[in-house]
Amino acid sequence: MKKTPLYEKHLDFNAKMTDFGGWLLPLEYTGIIEEHKQVRNAAGLFDVSHMGEVIIRGKNAGAFLQQLLTNDMSKAADGRVIYSPMCCDNGGVVDDLLVYRFSDDYYLLVTNAANTDKDFEWIREHLTGGAEAVNVSDSWAQLAIQGPCAESILQQAADYPLRDIRFFAFVPEVNICGVPAMVSRTGYTGEDGFEVYIPRDKAPVVWEGLLELGRDKGLVPAGLGARDTLRLEAALPLYGHELSPDITPLEAGLGAFVKLNKDSFIGKEALLRQHTQGLERKLTGFVMTGRGIPRSGYDMVDGENRIGFVTSGSYSPSLGQNIGMAMADIGYSQPGTEVDVIIRNKPVRARTVELPFYRKKYRK
Amino acid sequence: MKVLDGLYYSKEHEWVKITGNKAYVGITDYAQESLGEIVFVELPEIASQLNVGDVLGVVESVKAASDVYSPIAGTVIEVNEALDDDPALLNEDPYVNWIAVLEFADDSILDELMDASGYEAYCSKEE
Repeated sequence: MKKTPLYEKHLDFNAKMTDFGGWLLPLEYTGIIEEHKQVRNAAGLFDVSHMGEVIIRGKNAGAFLQQLLTNDMSKAADGRVIYSPMCCDNGGVVDDLLVYRFSDDYYLLVTNAANTDKDFEWIREHLTGGAEAVNVSDSWAQLAIQGPCAESILQQAADYPLRDIRFFAFVPEVNICGVPAMVSRTGYTGEDGFEVYIPRDKAPVVWEGLLELGRDKGLVPAGLGARDTLRLEAALPLYGHELSPDITPLEAGLGAFVKLNKDSFIGKEALLRQHTQGLERKLTGFVMTGRGIPRSGYDMVDGENRIGFVTSGSYSPSLGQNIGMAMADIGYSQPGTEVDVIIRNKPVRARTVELPFYRKKYRK
Repeated sequence: MKVLDGLYYSKEHEWVKITGNKAYVGITDYAQESLGEIVFVELPEIASQLNVGDVLGVVESVKAASDVYSPIAGTVIEVNEALDDDPALLNEDPYVNWIAVLEFADDSILDELMDASGYEAYCSKEE
């Protein structure tokens, strides 16, 4: 099992560790609910060093990405971060990525940990002349500091005015606790916050430095458990749940990141066809009105008919309700539709709702 | 980890307290600690007949659902309804907050359960 450079630090904090895509990562320190609420109300620090990083460079780097990804790379300015699905020919999703544009001939792709090797292979298979790919995942550590106090805490450690970094923008070199870091205003919690990329061996210095500086403002280490409930409330997709080779980004509600008017890209024909014919199923939010917690893989039914399946579900610490997302037949995707979720062989009442479950007004 | 004397313990981390022909059943401190914050408890139905190893209830943390197995055969005569409204009681004190009471006829199974020191040794091996 792979370990991040902060493995020892997590043990120092009595973290419960868990296997996540082959990585041994902290599930929780003091408790998922407590960490979740701390991120919503103050700030949390996440070790997300398992995420993969792949550099795409060369004079055709931009053109290559335009072909590889569903979002439009041509409109992005240097210093911007673009979110995009990466699809196969049938429109299913290989992975969803963040793309950091340094210049038109230098980009950094951030991939999901469990997908990094598969992504890298996929990218190499499709590489075109004038572009090369380098997997730098092993040299980088990544921390996410998230929550309403994230900026003020990180600012104490940074030599750059963070308020100048807009939502989905980044600065390639900021000193954080004296360590050269790349900093973006991005995250996976539905809160304001930053992701900080640092050389692997410097991770402990930055981790300890930030926790020390942020203690008075309520910064706590937060684990994968809270990361999952936070992203679920914000209706952010998780690969392997809302996205997979069997689910298209259009079905997952990511149409805004699929630019069907681009010249050509992998998966365009299939996605254009699906768009033209109309969706048969769609990612749909729901809250349980009966007693029970929906979990990934549970069936959603209307009477005797199976109408979909739960992709993610949990108790929601912010709402105090049991919530979930399901891939549901299009006829059931309207908010306010009464359905049942099969929990341990029994139907339990649920009602579809608009996504996200939780929306914070944060700096964009 | 807290282990109480005078209770019987199963390998699946349930405890049993015997009072006459009634068996109080709950989950151990070790179980609640490894589950984390408990946010849902499914109780058995009154009058249901359970064999050893049958699912007596379900305890869910934020992350996952875990079955609770009946360590003893019997008829459910009482359930702890307070857990419906406040599942976290199982985190606060898993020994005070039992899940169900079974009326039993045959207690020979108790010989196969562990006592406090046996259970403590068992848990230290699980770590």
